[in-house]
Amino acid sequence: MADKIATRQAYGDALAALGDKYKDLVVLDADLAEATKTGVFKKKFPERHFDCGIAEGNMVSVAAGLATTGKIPFASSFAMFAAGRAFEQIRNSVGYPHLNVKIGATHAGITVGEDGATHQCNEDIALMRTIPGMVIINPADGLETFAAVEAAINYKGPVYLRFGRAAVPYLYDEKTYKFEIGKGITLAEGKDVTIVATGYMVHLALEARELLKAEGIDAEVINIHTIKPLDEELIINSAKKTGAVVTAEEHNVIGGLGGAVCEVLSEKHPTPVLRVGVEDKFGKSGKVPVLLEEYGLTAANIAAKAKAAVALKK
Amino acid sequence: MDNSTKKSLQTAAAKIRLGILEEVFSASSGHPGGSLSIADILSYLFFKEMRIDPKNPEWADRDRFVLSKGHTAPALYAALANRGYFDVSELKGFRNAQSFLQGHPDMKHTPGVDMTTGSLGLGISAACGMALSGKISDKDYRVYAVLGDGETEEGQVWEAAMFAAHYKLDNLCIFVDFNGLQIDGPIVDVIDPTPIDKKFEAFNWNVVTIDAHNFDEIEAAVEAAKACKGKPTAIIAKSVKGKGVSFMENKVGWHGKAPNAEEYEQAVAEITASMQ
Repeated sequence: MADKIATRQAYGDALAALGDKYKDLVVLDADLAEATKTGVFKKKFPERHFDCGIAEGNMVSVAAGLATTGKIPFASSFAMFAAGRAFEQIRNSVGYPHLNVKIGATHAGITVGEDGATHQCNEDIALMRTIPGMVIINPADGLETFAAVEAAINYKGPVYLRFGRAAVPYLYDEKTYKFEIGKGITLAEGKDVTIVATGYMVHLALEARELLKAEGIDAEVINIHTIKPLDEELIINSAKKTGAVVTAEEHNVIGGLGGAVCEVLSEKHPTPVLRVGVEDKFGKSGKVPVLLEEYGLTAANIAAKAKAAVALKK
Repeated sequence: MDNSTKKSLQTAAAKIRLGILEEVFSASSGHPGGSLSIADILSYLFFKEMRIDPKNPEWADRDRFVLSKGHTAPALYAALANRGYFDVSELKGFRNAQSFLQGHPDMKHTPGVDMTTGSLGLGISAACGMALSGKISDKDYRVYAVLGDGETEEGQVWEAAMFAAHYKLDNLCIFVDFNGLQIDGPIVDVIDPTPIDKKFEAFNWNVVTIDAHNFDEIEAAVEAAKACKGKPTAIIAKSVKGKGVSFMENKVGWHGKAPNAEEYEQAVAEITASMQ
């Protein structure tokens, strides 16, 4: 096994690996099967893969129709065109009737890189969070992606799955890893500050923990793979222990994980929270490492915000 | 079609029209014009054509019906109630917060509603999904959808049209309720979607044009759709908006307005007289 894999690749691999076990699984794509990696499924199960062409709204409503008959459709496109262009179809054809449709959204966030702002979706988590009953999963590595896909198949109802273009390191041991929708995972315990991260930012949060350790700060790192429903208990208990929280996401700081954590803590256990994410800006073209640096999506920035959060403690 | 069948379908259509009037009058809101224009189509589908069982609305092998022009829910609810899915006394609860009859069709709360609709253009796509599922599962059910003529201004209708033809969904049959009027005025003045028939033909559909209020023509078109292999069918149904109520017919103002008590009485009297 390679030590790194993009979650979109793990998504395509998971669909293909699970196709035999789940006969009702069908996959829809919108002329991006090569990029979203649903092409891996198509190769193995051509009779259960349907290209809808460049027509994302229709694709999502078609998926809804399939779901009414007992199929388990995964509708895939880039996050921008799934959550963005087809928001209303997800809201009205899928969310409102609570149909068993899975949206497999790849190329989320700025790690899209060179394609630039029109294709870098930093708004999808915020959009999806406003739909009642929508489950939002943003896995952090290949193993978690596989588990999330199978959990989504077994969950009855709409699920938005968020995947990235760039490779991320494997974080978990296959033998001990357990995935449960809505349950966050404490990757490292600490007492001074809590770093709550999701998706691409989780491995950077672990790096930030090492940077902080060198400065004598003991950080707890929590991976929130399910942004909705949020594991409030885990976050509140960690905030009670450390008294300071930093969130980290490859998404606008408005409305995503940072927003969700602030909402929970301000109502249930007021705690200083600082947010790492795209600071209400559009993306741009560039190499991924350059963009991550420019937008502050780095271990160094997480560590800096963690120190600032510690300083805010009463 | 023999006379007794035609007579019973005319009676069912009149009952649907009376139901529409009762719903919209009770709610003091709703869409009578486009509901009345599809009453005969729904009568034919629900009382003659479709393989359905009101006692088993979730029956996996049933024919499906999607009201893509969801704002004409009063017609669908009246058809369902008169067909036995729920009691006709429920109709007066239409649009009331205590009722399961939402302003637009809600599959989760209303027996017999196969798809939640209301936002135009989405229903035809869902119908495509149902038809595709039937194809890949070797099920012989058929899928019917009713669209508005104004609804064809939505781009998604044509995304769906492309999809249905590409996947050869010959188990899909849609009606376009061609009454020529939408909220802001005649469709040709608002943003002209015509020729609708030629557009569906260009999208590789089987197209039949009929009088929406003639049961022989409705039957012939539905039979032609069933006989057509390899293509979905669009039945362009030329209709009269407000059909059956003299003062509502062809009046754009009755798209989304409820009658007052006096108008309601007159409308009911006209429909009742037509049943004699």
